[in-house]
Amino acid sequence: MDTLEYSSSELMIINAARLLRDGDVVFVGVGQPNLACNLARRTHAPNLLMIYEAGVIGAQPARLPLSIGDPTLVSGATAVCSMYDIFSLYLQRGNVDVGFMGGAQIDRYGNINATVIGNYAQPKVRLPGSGGSKEIAAWANRCYIMTPHQKRRFPEKCDFRTSAGFLGGRAEREAAQLRGGGPQAVVTDIGILEPDLSGELVLAALHPNHSVEEAKSNTGWDLQISPALRFTEPPTQNELSILREDLDPQGIYIKSSGG
Amino acid sequence: MNKITSLSEAVRQLVHDGDLIYAAGFTHLIPFAAGHEIIRQGRKNLTLARATPDLIYDQMVAAGCAKKVVFSYMGNPGVGSLRIVRAELEAGRLEWEEYSHFGMISRLQAGAAGLPFMPMNPTAAVDLELANPQYRTIIDPYSGGEVVVVPALKPDVAIVHVQRCDSQGNAQIWGIIGEQKEAAFAAERVILTTEEIVPEEVIRADPNRTLIPGFIVDAVCEVPYCSHPSYTQGYYDRDNAFYLEWDKISQDRQAVQAWLDEWVYGVRGRAEYWEKLGHEAHKRLQVKPRLSQPINYGSY
Repeated sequence: MDTLEYSSSELMIINAARLLRDGDVVFVGVGQPNLACNLARRTHAPNLLMIYEAGVIGAQPARLPLSIGDPTLVSGATAVCSMYDIFSLYLQRGNVDVGFMGGAQIDRYGNINATVIGNYAQPKVRLPGSGGSKEIAAWANRCYIMTPHQKRRFPEKCDFRTSAGFLGGRAEREAAQLRGGGPQAVVTDIGILEPDLSGELVLAALHPNHSVEEAKSNTGWDLQISPALRFTEPPTQNELSILREDLDPQGIYIKSSGG
Repeated sequence: MNKITSLSEAVRQLVHDGDLIYAAGFTHLIPFAAGHEIIRQGRKNLTLARATPDLIYDQMVAAGCAKKVVFSYMGNPGVGSLRIVRAELEAGRLEWEEYSHFGMISRLQAGAAGLPFMPMNPTAAVDLELANPQYRTIIDPYSGGEVVVVPALKPDVAIVHVQRCDSQGNAQIWGIIGEQKEAAFAAERVILTTEEIVPEEVIRADPNRTLIPGFIVDAVCEVPYCSHPSYTQGYYDRDNAFYLEWDKISQDRQAVQAWLDEWVYGVRGRAEYWEKLGHEAHKRLQVKPRLSQPINYGSY
């Protein structure tokens, strides 16, 4: 029975955490991905190794980091290196299993726009830009995306391709010979999208109390449903307690609907 | 050679109108006091390069110092939008040149190593490469495959804040070491700001911790609390509350002007700024010590 109450952020964080495997080397971002990684480390993946683009390896943050370069990431970490080293020796060399991505737009093939709405040279809305995502999307073995499920966030095609999903389809990514496998799952507050054989994102799982119709009407393309559609397990008391009591006691990232 | 000088003198001598500036530090050790001094001295037409422009460039752009920004992530870290830079870009009043983080620091790495460019593996996300002609794709002469290249970045001036250095500028940094070393080696001139100037013996007792050698440094300025609202590992914490506050201030140009009047033009330098922040803030930003184990270099 699903009797526990939880926010849509908690639902996404918990489902993202469950995708991580023990021993994964994860390129972590602040906010919800950071919580997902720490939750996984506290539950089923105690040997998860967290790497931050600021150049921190094996971080064990004692408090909730509020920026990608928070000093709590450094104290107690196993190593610190330069930004050039983190992107070359760690990411480009192929030492990262998982990357977390976010963005204003995610298209049918998992390409992401974090740069601009409208024309690049005359921006209507200027977004922060790539940061590390251009390379993470190309070179991490698996990429996960967390985003609220809204039509404007899931257009048929991105205004600008900041980072590569399956480009125009899986064959095109394979032809590009990128070392990473591309997006493996998009965790939303309605369910989980996964790429099919052609690289198109399809509805692979629904969270409790959500429907196929809801997912379809909040997606900008004609969302296909996986023939093996699953239903996610509701968040457990243990997962929620770790998030609320230990990881984000002030509710900075778990209360909002995210994004 | 003793290079100790005041920050205002260093900026007067070494930062000129039209210069390409790299104020280093990825979230950590951002030399805010130097940015404020450049604002006070009214420098114009600067090209401001940083992976993350952060609040330091938002403030310098607001004060009218910049004609162009070069960046790889234009956000208020942990908060959201970097409002002034963003508004100026959207309005077409500020030029920009954009990279990914790896592209940006590869440019610095090339500049620091005296190379003309740096290769990177392709990412297949070509839109930025098409939008910024500084990105090129060339053939790897060994495999025949493609590599993406970016040109060396060679700032006129790098400004680097450090925990400690000696009077010659031999500088030690710990915590996040981002791109300080690369910025210093890539630049024509180097201004060091430091929490503390220590005797040469302190540096020599731990040479592996020295990231920047004194002979590439032009000026050494002792500026405690230089990086607030950024932080200095082991010295004071990041002022996350101010990063949130700036998100509100920067929504309103009059509020920005009032803030600059009070906290930049209204103080003579960092000492007065820090004093003005007050006891509560000092207490809030204090950090408890967490010492490393000493290591044995051996006596030979």
